[in-house]
Amino acid sequence: MSLVLPAPDLTRALTRISHEILERNAGSSNITLLGIPTRGTHLANRIAEVITKIESLPVQVGTLDITLHRDDLRMRPPRALMPTVIPSLGVEGRDVILVDDVLFSGRTIRAALDALGEIGRPKTVQLAILVDRGHRELPIRADYVGKNIPTSREQSVVVHLTELDGVDEVVVEGGPE
Amino acid sequence: MKHLLSINDLSKVDAISILDTAQELARVSDGPMKKLPTLRGRTIVNLFAEDSTRTRISFEAAAKRLSADVINFSAKGSSISKGESLKDTAQTLQAMGADAVIIRHGASGAAQRLADSQWMSGSVINAGDGTHEHPSQALLDAFTIRKHLSKGASDLAGLRIAIVGDVLHSRVARSNVLLLSKLGAQVVLVAPPTLLPVGIESWPCEISYDLDAVINSVDAIMMLRIQMERMSELFFPNAREYSRYFGLNIDRMKALKPAAIVMHPGPMNRGLEITADAADGARSVIVEQVANGVSIRMAILYLLLAGSQEIGGRYDNS
Repeated sequence: MSLVLPAPDLTRALTRISHEILERNAGSSNITLLGIPTRGTHLANRIAEVITKIESLPVQVGTLDITLHRDDLRMRPPRALMPTVIPSLGVEGRDVILVDDVLFSGRTIRAALDALGEIGRPKTVQLAILVDRGHRELPIRADYVGKNIPTSREQSVVVHLTELDGVDEVVVEGGPE
Repeated sequence: MKHLLSINDLSKVDAISILDTAQELARVSDGPMKKLPTLRGRTIVNLFAEDSTRTRISFEAAAKRLSADVINFSAKGSSISKGESLKDTAQTLQAMGADAVIIRHGASGAAQRLADSQWMSGSVINAGDGTHEHPSQALLDAFTIRKHLSKGASDLAGLRIAIVGDVLHSRVARSNVLLLSKLGAQVVLVAPPTLLPVGIESWPCEISYDLDAVINSVDAIMMLRIQMERMSELFFPNAREYSRYFGLNIDRMKALKPAAIVMHPGPMNRGLEITADAADGARSVIVEQVANGVSIRMAILYLLLAGSQEIGGRYDNS
């Protein structure tokens, strides 16, 4: 097990992502952050907090559960559904930024794009990710990356957040280093 | 969980997880796109050996919203009316590759028989077997009650619910008593003694013969249909007397608590167990029960069919 992103670096990464989002979208007026449960939700809330502080304006933030759109449902026991919360202005014509903790195969994001398509038609969809660990199985990339961590398939990347786990850190477990 | 046969098979946690799943799925039904890809490629057979409007259509709508293929199969117009046995019907369905069979049958225990046999390998969902159980109806009733009365709690603790009428012939009553008491509610059955089954003392509920003594203390009142088609004997002198003592009318509505809701599993005999002004009044959630039925059945199908049956598939978090 090795610590690849300690708490201060994690906070810095989220602050940098927030700035990048604002730079790319020329402010926060048209952006909607949607976190993918469970850790993506907390990350989206934290980014929203930083953006609100920088712009002194509240930002639209919500949650998008993608369980029903997963393509691997049949391979695992049924999963509980998590709430989907779409902020007041909806997604129609907005710059939607999906937020998740780890980008791996890209299948979650594919499912998220499907789930989003059922709610409306955003102007753009962007992706913010805390850790990109490689091994993509679909043509999907992130627009905002906290940290690129090269891993082997045998390893697993574990993200801990204070809201759920009492500590902020990213560790890589198992497999050959 | 592979089958849904009886409320007895569910723990309190299972039941709450079905209700929570239904709550999330209800939002899909409210949204602009009502269809989800979740059960694409699965085949679900509606095997209805007894008449039904609500339950069959509700299961069909639920299956279609999850993109499953639905085959409807009713006794009338099928080989069941030629005397084909349940076994042969089941084997036929197996040969056609049914992933799940939703069965409504006049014989109590038909769903259990189908699930225990080796006739078919798919999931079996009990949509009403004789006078035994109707678990999806109880779940949708619990869902409706929770939505209106639980004030955000996940169970029904502290609520008092009356179930009134033909308990003897009612699978809805049995499933509801089991489920509502499991979820922490206090259930009181109200019926003439002739319409209560033998062994009722062992059910987890109170029993009363006097509706007027009970009505002002309940948070929800569920009226049962007088099942004329199952009545071979004389259970009460006449319909007018029954509705005078056990029917829900405008006077009894006034005795209800201010926030109490009125429920009926349908189909209603208007003028017998419930008057039109009670059925159509502001406290009535009867139409909403039907809408909630679709969400509950989507949740049941999702939980039974979406995942793999064997536990232990690896989950990678991207």
